[in-house]
Amino acid sequence: MEFLSPATWEEALAAKSAHPDAVPIMGGTDVMVELNFDQHRPSALLDLTRVAELAEWGPDGSRVRLGAGVSYTTIIQRLGKHAPALAQAARTVASPQIRNRGTVGGNLGGASPAGDSHPPLLAADAVIELASVHGVRHVAAREFYLGPRRTARRDDELIAAVLLPERAGPQHFCKIGTRNAMVIAVASFCVTLDAATRTAGTGIGSAGPTPLRAVAAEEFLTAEFDWQGAGPLSEAAVRHFGELVASAARPIDDVRGSADYRKHALSVMARRALSWSVTDYRKGEAQCA
Amino acid sequence: MADRARLRGPEPVTVELSINHRTRILEIEPRTSLLDALREQLDLTGSKKGCDQGTCGACTVWVDGRRVLACLTLAITCEGREITTIEGFSDGRRMNAMQRSFIKHDAFQCGYCTPGQVMSAVALLDEGHASSDAEIAE
Repeated sequence: MEFLSPATWEEALAAKSAHPDAVPIMGGTDVMVELNFDQHRPSALLDLTRVAELAEWGPDGSRVRLGAGVSYTTIIQRLGKHAPALAQAARTVASPQIRNRGTVGGNLGGASPAGDSHPPLLAADAVIELASVHGVRHVAAREFYLGPRRTARRDDELIAAVLLPERAGPQHFCKIGTRNAMVIAVASFCVTLDAATRTAGTGIGSAGPTPLRAVAAEEFLTAEFDWQGAGPLSEAAVRHFGELVASAARPIDDVRGSADYRKHALSVMARRALSWSVTDYRKGEAQCA
Repeated sequence: MADRARLRGPEPVTVELSINHRTRILEIEPRTSLLDALREQLDLTGSKKGCDQGTCGACTVWVDGRRVLACLTLAITCEGREITTIEGFSDGRRMNAMQRSFIKHDAFQCGYCTPGQVMSAVALLDEGHASSDAEIAE
């Protein structure tokens, strides 16, 4: 196994172009498990830990640009205001040791349907910045996940950053695991209410071959919610939203849970996340009035 | 060349690490985890191999003062960084306060993962997340 250790982003892109089979490694929290258990023996590793700009984040016009190598610990400490659902999801990632090392870029690169970052990125309509020696291109998270562990990233591209739209409303993330901490999701869910565009967003994790959106649930909520007056949603509407979320999932039975359980859990999480979000939205409206 | 990343391996390469403020030179394959480098090459066997997949925490060490799992860290990526293991924790005569506290409160089951627990517990205090039992549990 060869080892490439670029010191700059330009060197990293050149190395990826010259060695498209090289596996990028940042925190190592996914890649190392595959190496330790010989599940995967890449011809080369591309170490990105020395590329300083990957670990940077900051405002980018009206959006927040989150470098692909920003750790979950930093997201928890710094991004709670800008991306509350992503910060909530980051809090549920594994252990402190792994949160010190793991990154959203790695979650996107591995593209496990159970990755905790994916539902918030889908719901918030985040954009993935991909780069190669040929230039930069932007792909919406909603078009990034193509199949089981397959994404829109090309072999010669690296994930540079995630662009998070300016938040204009509440966001909530929920996750169910087999215990409270240090777990891979059995199912997870995220909802966003965006007052600026008056649209709802959703993301479903660990309940299909890829992270998913519940498009019918989004459309229902966008139409049903009282964006202007912030009136409460009826219990029937909240329940229907949960049913629409569950019906958007395409789960399987596996070691972590059955398909039926996942659908049930999603409907419950969707109702809870929506109720919390509506409460937050109403509080926000009251403060403005 | 400025635009070319350095290519090393696949044969064993020379890696210089700073461990417990001591410079150590190793010959390792690039794929070697920090845990294997510590245990197999340097006889620093205080860091334990439990699961080798980032679940158990028995291999917790610090890299540049932050707690990480040595089994999920490539040794070669730690060049130029400061690694602290359980062996670097006491001066050889007197244990530190966390170690003494573990003994005082009999905080052991079989003891295998105790080094990782001690490394993690001290980092928890340093990070300021230990003001109450509830916060520690969180």
